[in-house]
Amino acid sequence: MNPYIANTFEDVRAMLSTIGVRSIDDLFVDIQPRHAPHSFDLPEGLSEFEVVRQLNGLSLKNMVGPVPFIGGGYYDHYVPAACQALISRGEFYTAYTPYQPECAQGTLQALFEFQSSVCTLTGMEVANASLYEGGTALYEAMMMALRITHRNKIVIDAGVNPIYRKIIQSYTHSLNIQFVEVAVIHGQADRRAIDQVIDDKTAAVILQNPNFFGAIDDHSDIAAKVHTCGALLIESVYPVALGILKTPAEMGADIVTGEGQSLGLSLNFGGPYLGLIAARKKYIRQMPGRIVGETVDQQGRRCFVNTLQAREQHIRREKATSNICTNVALCATQASIFMALLGKEGLKDLAQLNLDKAEFLKEEISKIKGVEVKKFSPTFNEFTVCLPRDANIVIEKMMALGFAAGFPLGRYYEGMNNYLLVAVTEKRSKQEMLAYAQALAEVLKI
Amino acid sequence: MEIIEHYLYTKEHEWISIEDNVGTIGITDYAQSALGDITYAELPGVDKDVEQFEQLLSVESVKSASDIFSPISGKVIEVNDDLVDDPSILNRYCYDKGWIVKVEISDMDETSNLLTADEYRNYLSSLDRNDGGADSSEE
Amino acid sequence: MNLIFEGSVSGRQGVKLPSSDVPVKIKLPSQYLRSKAAELPEVSELDVVRHFTRLSQRNFSVDANFYPLGSCTMKYNPKFTEKVAGMMGFADLHPLLPQLQGGEKYAQGALEVLYECERWLCEITGMNAYTMQPLAGAHGELTGIMLMAAYHKAKGNTHKKVVIVPDSAHGTNPASAAVAGYSIVAVPSDKRGVMDLDKLKAVLNDEVAGLMMTCPDTHGVFNPQIDEIARLIHSVDGIMYYDGANLNAILGRARPGDLGFDVVHLNLHKTFATPHGGGGPGSGPVGVGEKLEPFLPVSRVVKRESGEYALNYDYPHSIGYIASFYGAFGIILRAYAYMLILGREGLKQTADHAVLNANYLLHKIKPYYQVAFDRVCMHECLFSASKQADNGVHAIDIAKFLIDRNIHPPTVYFPLTVKEAIMVEPTETESKATMDEFASVMAEASALAKSSPESFKDFPLRMPISRPDEVRAAREMNVNFFDRPNARG
Repeated sequence: MNPYIANTFEDVRAMLSTIGVRSIDDLFVDIQPRHAPHSFDLPEGLSEFEVVRQLNGLSLKNMVGPVPFIGGGYYDHYVPAACQALISRGEFYTAYTPYQPECAQGTLQALFEFQSSVCTLTGMEVANASLYEGGTALYEAMMMALRITHRNKIVIDAGVNPIYRKIIQSYTHSLNIQFVEVAVIHGQADRRAIDQVIDDKTAAVILQNPNFFGAIDDHSDIAAKVHTCGALLIESVYPVALGILKTPAEMGADIVTGEGQSLGLSLNFGGPYLGLIAARKKYIRQMPGRIVGETVDQQGRRCFVNTLQAREQHIRREKATSNICTNVALCATQASIFMALLGKEGLKDLAQLNLDKAEFLKEEISKIKGVEVKKFSPTFNEFTVCLPRDANIVIEKMMALGFAAGFPLGRYYEGMNNYLLVAVTEKRSKQEMLAYAQALAEVLKI
Repeated sequence: MEIIEHYLYTKEHEWISIEDNVGTIGITDYAQSALGDITYAELPGVDKDVEQFEQLLSVESVKSASDIFSPISGKVIEVNDDLVDDPSILNRYCYDKGWIVKVEISDMDETSNLLTADEYRNYLSSLDRNDGGADSSEE
Repeated sequence: MNLIFEGSVSGRQGVKLPSSDVPVKIKLPSQYLRSKAAELPEVSELDVVRHFTRLSQRNFSVDANFYPLGSCTMKYNPKFTEKVAGMMGFADLHPLLPQLQGGEKYAQGALEVLYECERWLCEITGMNAYTMQPLAGAHGELTGIMLMAAYHKAKGNTHKKVVIVPDSAHGTNPASAAVAGYSIVAVPSDKRGVMDLDKLKAVLNDEVAGLMMTCPDTHGVFNPQIDEIARLIHSVDGIMYYDGANLNAILGRARPGDLGFDVVHLNLHKTFATPHGGGGPGSGPVGVGEKLEPFLPVSRVVKRESGEYALNYDYPHSIGYIASFYGAFGIILRAYAYMLILGREGLKQTADHAVLNANYLLHKIKPYYQVAFDRVCMHECLFSASKQADNGVHAIDIAKFLIDRNIHPPTVYFPLTVKEAIMVEPTETESKATMDEFASVMAEASALAKSSPESFKDFPLRMPISRPDEVRAAREMNVNFFDRPNARG
């Protein structure tokens, strides 16, 4: 029995007779015997209960995990129950792309509100209805800059998430793009080095705030230089941090991207996540993905539609701005709900709480002998620690004590094998942090 | 369909009006009506060099994007910036206020590749006869 | 309906945050701070819940409406898969955990899901290996094309410049190939609705890098000459690319790998019943045969002899990272749960009933609308409203009529090869009664198109809004509540 098929034996017989064939096999005449599967060796189906039991078993294998102090662009924030409850409504959950606006105003308005929230958060004029995730969003922003400037050189700061940089690398290695990677200095973007490499061939400079090491910066001075060369500034951001931090718009950014997971999405072992992209309005036609716009219906009532569709693949085909079709509308709706629940003051408070807690752990860790907490610049909820030995070994030992101690920077940065990136969110209690510091001290003693 | 007698035309429904060595280029009444409400014109830059029948710009309506080709080779010397703020001019006044670019013509002999008003009129009526026959795409 | 921002009242907040338990209060230097707070709405939790509940009520959905949107496979999404995805051991798992020294053992359950799901998909499609990373169908396409390019590069096939795409293809096909740097050659379909073999031969040469094909194609037809096409493409060392949009039609009946395809992308949100979510998140795993396996993205999940699962990055020919992590894990998990419940027989029944339902509708609707290709169809049937259009009633008008009858319209104006196209995909989860009702509403629309064509211009009449002014939307570009010069108030 297949619980998702309604046709009974009687129905099938009646339908076949309407069609005028004797069996379902007769409908597959075009698939000839030589096309038949060489194998289709799969298990029998299970009951719902059995599947739930089996997968719950697998889930529990992950459950005994250590207390997370890892971030790296993906953070263990609390997700209010209303977020999940609302996006679980079948009307959001089982609808598709709003091709017919009259019966999709729910999705369309939710996405318009999402775009507006992203705009006020980043200070930018326009945002789209989401991209897949933060890394691919940054790639799309870079492609946008190449189209806008008709130039082919990209300057990228090494403080940009190395995972994002890897993605950009794979997508572009066959394209004619000149990449210049600029190493950070004292944990921050190196002004002098950037200044030396930007020129009239540069399409964009890509920066991140806070950067991968956790450092907060103000890139206004870089923006000014970038614009003098006729290039664009692309900023990758952490949306929760924007509750208090200077906005990319205030710094002068032209295109902004970010990973929206921190806005009410669970960690989900890597996805689905939420790609954010926002820009100055004059670049809207080069922006990839769906965009929802406001208009009126025949009676003059306010309503919302997918707009500027002529940029998209289903119209332009090989001339489209991007090949993107699906976005992550449900995740965008979830983020929109999260931002509404927190609101103006709540997001500010959440950001401050993350900042304060991280600072507390930073101080506790500084007290450990042989450990140096990097304090070149202020940090948000993540910071870099220099250990007296290889971070991987420390991580493994901390894991045994019940802590995911942080991310080993040596994985992506040469010469940083002793460096550990530690993240704290509002979910980490004072006790957990004290226990962490104590465990770290013990591990380093041995 | 309105057709202006002293203009020259292409089979892609562009018109050109020539004065000395400057050609003013636009789209025909047939084109604007086929495109529907135009929402955006992506204008070329001044000084752009174009070849005859090469893509000059593209225009968008709600659900289509169409390329507009240059009826003649030359250099773009002026573009109609009014179209940026109000692309509906292309629908409303395609033969006058809706001009798109002015081109300094590099080879006057190329006009022999273009249609006269009469030829274009005949061409349009041949299109009408074929309409509804072959498969057509939305593009 | 009001925007959430318009109901904002200073002082309200929809969620209570924990109070700080640390004796620290940092004030950052002002140069790092935003000058004013983001204008997020100030609303209570009930305000939020009511707002979004009301918004949801302005949507059609599979849960509430027949949704025969051709090419999108809007089948029912089983509820239990959401329960599975919400299990804390999956939902709260940090993706970097298995990348830490000693961290793999805390993610064994999740890695097993990825590994097993890959095994299932290999067997279902006849491929050697999968990457689960691509985050949507189009993302899968781009990944597949990158694999194709990597293959040609490794073989020194520097002359490969062209990707062949049938004229009936989804727009994402040419767009994906173009993004990867290929030029596109379109091949028309013949009268039966399948790729014209002679026209294919005419464009086949050494520059052809590969062919992208949906099978059955978007005309709802399975091309019986598919093996011949594969032979032709392989004769110039081209790659056969399978767009899995229509896999639902052939589950258990044919496998792309056996048909000669070298690379496939699937749409888990279509064939494997994961939610469409108003337009994503999707999931577009890419499967490959032997030829392309060395180039798959990293990381890959492997099973050690000990039975433990691990991430492996050691593939020297890999195209690298194509997404941040291992794919849309929450979606993959739902699809895996769905496969487990269906099993071998259930998957085959899925295709059988999807095709049965489509053929049934074809026969029920045929008396009223022109059929694009009058033959047995696969999982979707394709009509043209050209008869009605002669009377001034177009496919879009019929779509709007259906909305008033609480039916989500089929796909209209696609594929581009058929004038006034109406593409109907009922899926296997719909009942005969639902389809009978749909057919009778379609008949009613056809009758009304004869008797009162002018009445269609006003449809829909019963929705919260009537037809929107899309021209105004495109011209004014009001896409942000906080930046609307013309529209405030």
